[in-house]
Amino acid sequence: MTPQLLQLICFYAFAFVTVAAALSVITLKNSVHAVLALVLTFFSAASLWLLLEAEFLALALVVVYVGAVMVLFLFVVMMLDIDQEKLREGFVKFLPVGLLVAAVMLGEMLGLIGVRAMQARVMGADPAVAAGMPNIEWLGHALYTQFLLPFEIAALILTVGIVAAVALTLRERRGARYESASQQVKVDPRKRVRIVKMAAVRPDEPTAPQEPQP
Amino acid sequence: MGEQLINQVVWPVIYILCIVLPLVLAVAMFVYWERKVLGWMHVRMGPNKIGPFGLLQAFADVVKLLVKEVILPTRANRFLYYLAPMIALVPALAAWAVVPFSGKMVLSNANAGVLYLLAMTSMGVYGIIIAGWASNSRYALLGAMRSAAQVISYELAMGLCLVCVLVLAGSLNLSEIVNAQAGSKGIFDWFWLPLLPVFVIYFISGVAETNRAPFDMAEGESEIVAGFHVEYSGSAFALFFLAEYANMILLSFLAAVLFMGGWLSPFPASWGFIGQGGFIWLFIKAFLLSFMFLWFRATFPRYRYDQIMRLGWKVFIPIAIAWVFVAGCLKYWGLVSIGTGA
Repeated sequence: MTPQLLQLICFYAFAFVTVAAALSVITLKNSVHAVLALVLTFFSAASLWLLLEAEFLALALVVVYVGAVMVLFLFVVMMLDIDQEKLREGFVKFLPVGLLVAAVMLGEMLGLIGVRAMQARVMGADPAVAAGMPNIEWLGHALYTQFLLPFEIAALILTVGIVAAVALTLRERRGARYESASQQVKVDPRKRVRIVKMAAVRPDEPTAPQEPQP
Repeated sequence: MGEQLINQVVWPVIYILCIVLPLVLAVAMFVYWERKVLGWMHVRMGPNKIGPFGLLQAFADVVKLLVKEVILPTRANRFLYYLAPMIALVPALAAWAVVPFSGKMVLSNANAGVLYLLAMTSMGVYGIIIAGWASNSRYALLGAMRSAAQVISYELAMGLCLVCVLVLAGSLNLSEIVNAQAGSKGIFDWFWLPLLPVFVIYFISGVAETNRAPFDMAEGESEIVAGFHVEYSGSAFALFFLAEYANMILLSFLAAVLFMGGWLSPFPASWGFIGQGGFIWLFIKAFLLSFMFLWFRATFPRYRYDQIMRLGWKVFIPIAIAWVFVAGCLKYWGLVSIGTGA
């Protein structure tokens, strides 16, 4: 078995899992199962990228999408109280619209692929290999020298997105009570607890007057 | 074909077993050590009945857990319920692949080692969330929700701490990060000194990310019984237990590798025998750091949920971001000596 053949087998295995998981995202009835299938889709797509020696892209996909975005997604879906029967009611009604949208999208994608195929260029050799460095190192050099401006602009857009998301969801709630951490830290124990010194007392000596039994 | 098979399959499997089996054994002994340390700190004996000094207690517990029945709660999701402990364990073991034990001893000397670690540790939370949801129990679901929020929050602080280390070392490869800490001054060449606040944040975030006391919101015995694994019993519970302790030991090793010079000796190389690096130094450092986990547990009361969130988002992340700039300046003006390795 040559390494190329093994790579081909691995590619088909990962590709099959990716497609099967992507299909089950839209066919599974339980929405939590569907989210988990989406996680599997991302993971196997990352494996495909690893096969292409795009280590950074693959690991970033796992860290960002599998590790953070999908966890929050799962979090939300688990909290939802979804009535599966109700969701299915509109299926026939919206089917024509859905099919129309799908057909238009398919046409557009085919057109795009056709246009690209007409002026197809042969991809050059892997620039990271040509430069003799690992994929990540090459990507870092390229991002921070050649593509610094687009990179910074993307970062700026993301920051604006964060600020906008916070501004949209932040609302003052009337009647909500907050605790000030700085006040909590400054608490003086002597103001809260009074320690009283007293001599030890033996229970068998009737020093205190007995309470009358009820 | 035959030789290729041996080189590509048989040897890696043997290497993997060489890491996983001692790790599982270390988890067993660490559980015993934890109970013993907690006992001493509470002025009790700790386990002392089974075997000399109670040393066989952990193995007795393993046997007990394995022979017990795994109970499936009513209307629980059978497939996910059984899958969750495995999902929790796999990333905890997989992350060990890139840990360098000494200059030559590393299973995978991957160039993207730190990124791989981030990817693996961020996947561990799935086991907890799925367990909480599939159990069909309110306490379990509450525990899972708390855990998800907590892990996501502290992962950010942890990632920023790693960025500081990467800036100074100039590499994502864990072996090269250790080599970058080599120098003539021994312990004072390691990254804990220029990155002291970040080291503290990293370790505390690690405690939070493994859901250990005082950040054990996900379990919170006194509030939500035992959180996400309240419905689990027998071997399924044992897997969660194994994953949690494997993660704790992993965090200790990583803190040692990233900030405490890995396998390097704390003494200058000119001191002869004890100045030489070796995996024994890494084990000593990791042992001391993992002892901190137990020390914290015996010392601090549990944080409240809002306090945990405040600490993560309003204290740790701003300090870590500020220190990324400090690390950049240290690197730019060459204030930190970066070793190249022997």
